[in-house]
Amino acid sequence: MPQLGAFDWHTFRDLVFQPSHPWLVGLWTTVYVSVLAQAFGVALGLVVELVRRSRRAPLRAAAGLYVWLLRGTPLLVQLVLVYNGLAALGLFRFRDFSLAGLSVPGVIQAGIITLAINESAYMAEIIRASINSVDRGQMEAAESIGMTRGRAMRFVVLPQAVRIMIPPLGNEFNNMMKVTSLLSVIGVEELFLNAQELNSTTFRTFEIFLAAAVYYLALTTIWGFIQSWIERRLAARSGEVRTGGIGRRLFGSGAGLEIGAARGAR
Amino acid sequence: MSGAPILRVDRVHKAFGALAVLHDVSLEVRRGETVVIIGPSGSGKTTLLRCINHLERIDGGRIEVNGHPVGYRPGRGGSLREETPRNIARQREDIGFVFQRFNLFPHMTAVENVCLGPVRVRGVDRAEARRRAEELLERVGLADKRDAHPSQLSGGQQQRVAIARALAMRPALMLFDEPTSALDPEMVGEVIEVMRELADEGMTMVVVSHEMAFAKTAADRIVVMDDGAIVDEGPPERIFSDAAGARTREFLARIV
Repeated sequence: MPQLGAFDWHTFRDLVFQPSHPWLVGLWTTVYVSVLAQAFGVALGLVVELVRRSRRAPLRAAAGLYVWLLRGTPLLVQLVLVYNGLAALGLFRFRDFSLAGLSVPGVIQAGIITLAINESAYMAEIIRASINSVDRGQMEAAESIGMTRGRAMRFVVLPQAVRIMIPPLGNEFNNMMKVTSLLSVIGVEELFLNAQELNSTTFRTFEIFLAAAVYYLALTTIWGFIQSWIERRLAARSGEVRTGGIGRRLFGSGAGLEIGAARGAR
Repeated sequence: MSGAPILRVDRVHKAFGALAVLHDVSLEVRRGETVVIIGPSGSGKTTLLRCINHLERIDGGRIEVNGHPVGYRPGRGGSLREETPRNIARQREDIGFVFQRFNLFPHMTAVENVCLGPVRVRGVDRAEARRRAEELLERVGLADKRDAHPSQLSGGQQQRVAIARALAMRPALMLFDEPTSALDPEMVGEVIEVMRELADEGMTMVVVSHEMAFAKTAADRIVVMDDGAIVDEGPPERIFSDAAGARTREFLARIV
């Protein structure tokens, strides 16, 4: 057994560069749980926000209540309530289920669903702010060519809101990948729980959690690149960046935005 | 100019809170007519125009386009109830609106801007809509800009695309809300030119504008508004002469 108390470089290096099979499974769990939770969270958040804009007051109130409850209580509490609480009451127990040969343990289903619901409340806020920041004249112009509000939202306002949404959405997903570590509390075998289990047998606490930190950092960094690629693509699609020269990307980002916007208008 | 009125505004009343912005405004526009509304800012010109396609609600009176009330339907006991959103949208299909600040859809190219209404509202076949959109862009002199995004166009070009977008719905009536007020002076001419051609081709138009040259030469009739009411009305020869009413002469003296 290596000497305790000094940083063991070899252990750390092996953890980072020669991860064990369970470690990689944990990593994969972290990735797919965050992707699914975020995707469902965005979809649900959009629905919640559209309901909050409904013409019917009771619907608006219900959606408002939903957001208030979810943003006002800790995710950890929600997780335990959904997975352990519902089962303890005998109301609902998550069961393992398999789809096309892939088995999804009940606890992971509970994790994804709770994360998605919690995320939807925050996404509803982000979507609201993005919709509100689209010029009101856009809705009027769409209505003036005979569009109903729903159509105008779908074809005119939302496509513009999406662009505004991407930076805060990127933030949310960055956070989501790290927040999945909370699922360890209900027993999801993701990256953090793996580190904990390894720690309980080897006591190489610093090396193990530093290696875990390196993995989270790698995930969020890769996402950072993907996000900036998405932002560039959306900008190019609305004609704001005319030439995608690499030099400009590195040193002069965002200049295309101001050029056209004010031209011609006094 | 003859024919049935396409637009009938009948004793319309409108207030923002306690502030009455339109009182007792009545106006008829016949098919093919070009009516230019002038008057000091805050006189209710833009509000009147926005009421005509129900971008603003009215608090009294009645607005009809092609004989059908806009935005309202008869309710119990002769009162008027607001139409369903779907019906309001349907009524707007026949009323083109050109905004002061263009309001082009920035995420679409010029031709996509023009196609959107025909494809998504009228259900026109995509290829057919595109062909017609290209024709319209050619008509406003922008055939070469069809794949440009609004951010790549000058103000005058954007406004001409906006006119093409409104025309694509084949409206019975076109409303222009100060279409040249947000433009640099050198771009006013190109937009005015397109509007003049439209008027000559027999489009029914109601134009709120400060362009007196356009009013003098293209209008069949000029309506003068002040303090939320129509204070004078007549052919340009009379409005721009000493025979005009006192408030008209006062307003014109101020702006020239």
